[in-house]
Amino acid sequence: MQMIIANTLVDGFVVFLTDDNGWTNDIGKGALATNDTEAATLLAQAKAAEAANVVLDPYLIPVVIENGNRKPTEYREYIRATGPTVAIPA
Amino acid sequence: MYRYDEFDSKLVNERVEQFRRQTERRIKGELQEEQFRPLRLMNGLYLQLHAYMLRINVPYGVLSARQMRQLAHVARTYDKGYGHFTTRQNIQYNWIQLKDVPDALADLAEVEMHGIQSSGNCIRNTTSDQYAGVARDEIEDPRVYCEIIRQWSTLHPEFSFLPRKFKIAVTGSPNDRAAVKVHDIGLRMYRNDAGEAGFEVIVGGGQGRTPFIGKTIREWLPPEHLLSYLEAILRVYNFDGRRDNKYKARIKILVHQVGADEFRRRVDEEWEHIKDSALKLPQAEIDRINAYFAPHDYETLQDQGDLLAEQGKANTEFAAWLKANVANHKVPGYAIVNISLKSLRQPPGDMTAAQMDATADLADAYSYGELRVNHRQNLVLPDVRQSDLFELWQKLASIDLATPNIGHVSDIIACPGLDYCALANARSIPIAQEINARFQSMDRVHEIGELTINISGCMNACGHHHVGHIGILGVDKKGQEFYQFTLGGSSDQNASLGDRTGPGFPADQAVDAVETILNTYVKIRNEGERFLDTYRRVGMAPFKEALYGPA
Amino acid sequence: MALLKNGKPATDVFLDVSTAETIPPDGAIIVSLDQWQNSAAQLRARKEPLGIVLRSHEKPAAIAEDVQKFAVIALDFPAFGDGRAYSSARLLRERYKYQGELRAVGDVLLEQLHFMHRVGFDAFELASEDAARDWQIAASDISVWYQPTSDGRPHALRLRHQAAGDN
Repeated sequence: MQMIIANTLVDGFVVFLTDDNGWTNDIGKGALATNDTEAATLLAQAKAAEAANVVLDPYLIPVVIENGNRKPTEYREYIRATGPTVAIPA
Repeated sequence: MYRYDEFDSKLVNERVEQFRRQTERRIKGELQEEQFRPLRLMNGLYLQLHAYMLRINVPYGVLSARQMRQLAHVARTYDKGYGHFTTRQNIQYNWIQLKDVPDALADLAEVEMHGIQSSGNCIRNTTSDQYAGVARDEIEDPRVYCEIIRQWSTLHPEFSFLPRKFKIAVTGSPNDRAAVKVHDIGLRMYRNDAGEAGFEVIVGGGQGRTPFIGKTIREWLPPEHLLSYLEAILRVYNFDGRRDNKYKARIKILVHQVGADEFRRRVDEEWEHIKDSALKLPQAEIDRINAYFAPHDYETLQDQGDLLAEQGKANTEFAAWLKANVANHKVPGYAIVNISLKSLRQPPGDMTAAQMDATADLADAYSYGELRVNHRQNLVLPDVRQSDLFELWQKLASIDLATPNIGHVSDIIACPGLDYCALANARSIPIAQEINARFQSMDRVHEIGELTINISGCMNACGHHHVGHIGILGVDKKGQEFYQFTLGGSSDQNASLGDRTGPGFPADQAVDAVETILNTYVKIRNEGERFLDTYRRVGMAPFKEALYGPA
Repeated sequence: MALLKNGKPATDVFLDVSTAETIPPDGAIIVSLDQWQNSAAQLRARKEPLGIVLRSHEKPAAIAEDVQKFAVIALDFPAFGDGRAYSSARLLRERYKYQGELRAVGDVLLEQLHFMHRVGFDAFELASEDAARDWQIAASDISVWYQPTSDGRPHALRLRHQAAGDN
């Protein structure tokens, strides 16, 4: 399974493409592509959003479901989805 | 410290407005990302894993209390309430939003700060000795020339599109705390036989994928020729540096490929044309800048060694902090205080807005309103009366800034790594924190003695791992984080690049490896011998055997 | 490609033949360094204004003695990040005393104009919808300069000492 990950232009935060061609900070609410055709469709939508200056650098990432949660298989993308592994100084 | 005049202020304010205009055009879609990216980089704005990151210059590491308070304000108002001090004496904000950057830059411009050229293929922040102007071992104060270089290099129309980034460092002490031998240009100030102050010019040092120790291309350069000579070096680099391969584009590659003698010849040939040009520095200009760095009106005091010894005997924690964190000041009765940003509670180099504000107050109360940032991600209060040290220590301890570990095992340099940085292959901060946690016993820390551990999360070496006594490089091996070790690096006047121990260790064995290395050292060292000296005496063999077993 | 000069769109009267097989017998042309070196005698004999374009790896020293022969010297930016032409421009103006039109061609970004102008370019090949506005942006965004160049504007050091009454 794949999802689209990107950064929003105006605030830079990590977002996922949704089923209704929107963007969400929550990986749980993003669109899931279960085959290559769906993935290509999502990517085309994402590229259009990039051209429209909504997001930066969108691309597909593989994800799996683990304990009911979506988890990117690559560690780098996992960190992007969940945040730094070290606490933010309070 | 230097204060902006009308010209400096005008330049920075115009730059703020220029970037505001460029940002508005970008958000409206009038500028595409390929056009905007170089513009935002030249104002210090990166896009990282989670958000934009804004890097603000702290010129040669000198910071006023007023500026520190504004850094706190920016952290609170536009970020998540903290900042990170870097290995080039800068500060980074990890969560800044593009739409807020023009306002953040405007707020910083009010206190004479900016991110101009903190990224991009241009001349970056010129860095220096964090003890400049106050160190007992200082020959000449490098800050004067750092300020002169800063102005010359800011928005230089000829050198804003170099083959790659360019970093300059200056030391005025024979004990080099500025790592000049691993910079693109390193300048070492000293006095010749006639007693005149001048520069040794070292070119082509650097870390990253292909580390090099710099080569001396000019033994003696009088101050009046400083800018013309730098301009000659930059012009040769601008023309002859490689532009076909990003990883071979630094000046160190050029110097290595043509050789120091040929490189020197090219520079001298160019310099002949311009040495007497408008770049020649009049003494009046040197004096004018020098006036900004005049010593404070210090009181006439006696050395307070006895008092401090007594206070230390009564309080062992204070004694440990005195020994590790306090350095000798050139004026009797004064001391240099290092503020450790390496407590266990936060990533190395991080500081909350509350800590920044509190430290600004301490600078005002105890150090003429001035601080320094060093390249090991710690801060300095440069001018503290010895008689104030105990009180200051108590206040620092109350805000977790008094860990007595400067220059010791837990005073670790760690780059942001894969937790933050888009370039990283592995995380560095958790390894640093694990090492710190493993070495919590201050007795153990002081038993190990002087030690620098530097951790980088990728080959770009922002954590300076090549020049750590122990260097750790995080790599990605088939999706797992592995850590490779080097031993025997040093960034001081006897600079050396570390030697690889052998295969890397997975994350859950990395700290054990550190312990193994240090246990080996403690076992075989001569009395009073630092880790670095033991390594240089015995070589890699005993460490390799301890880590990997007999050959 | 549009030409921007002195705040206004300008007509380019030169024909760029630098990549052509043969050089036309007359007309104002811009030749390559190779063409100049191979056919210098014929080119010198032409009555019409002559121009030359230097690629980013071609150093201006190659035409140092001959700069006054050219009405236009164009310096090419193959990518906007290739900054060699900034050094070439300064040498042409300051060392070789070139006084004709110094033109930036290739990947020229609006936002670089103020740097280019400062090092001696006075003409820019740039697609622009509003030339006057773009020139205004480029030329006057930053008005304080720390470095001396030959563009005639005083740099900060000179201004400071003037203000202080030295000189």
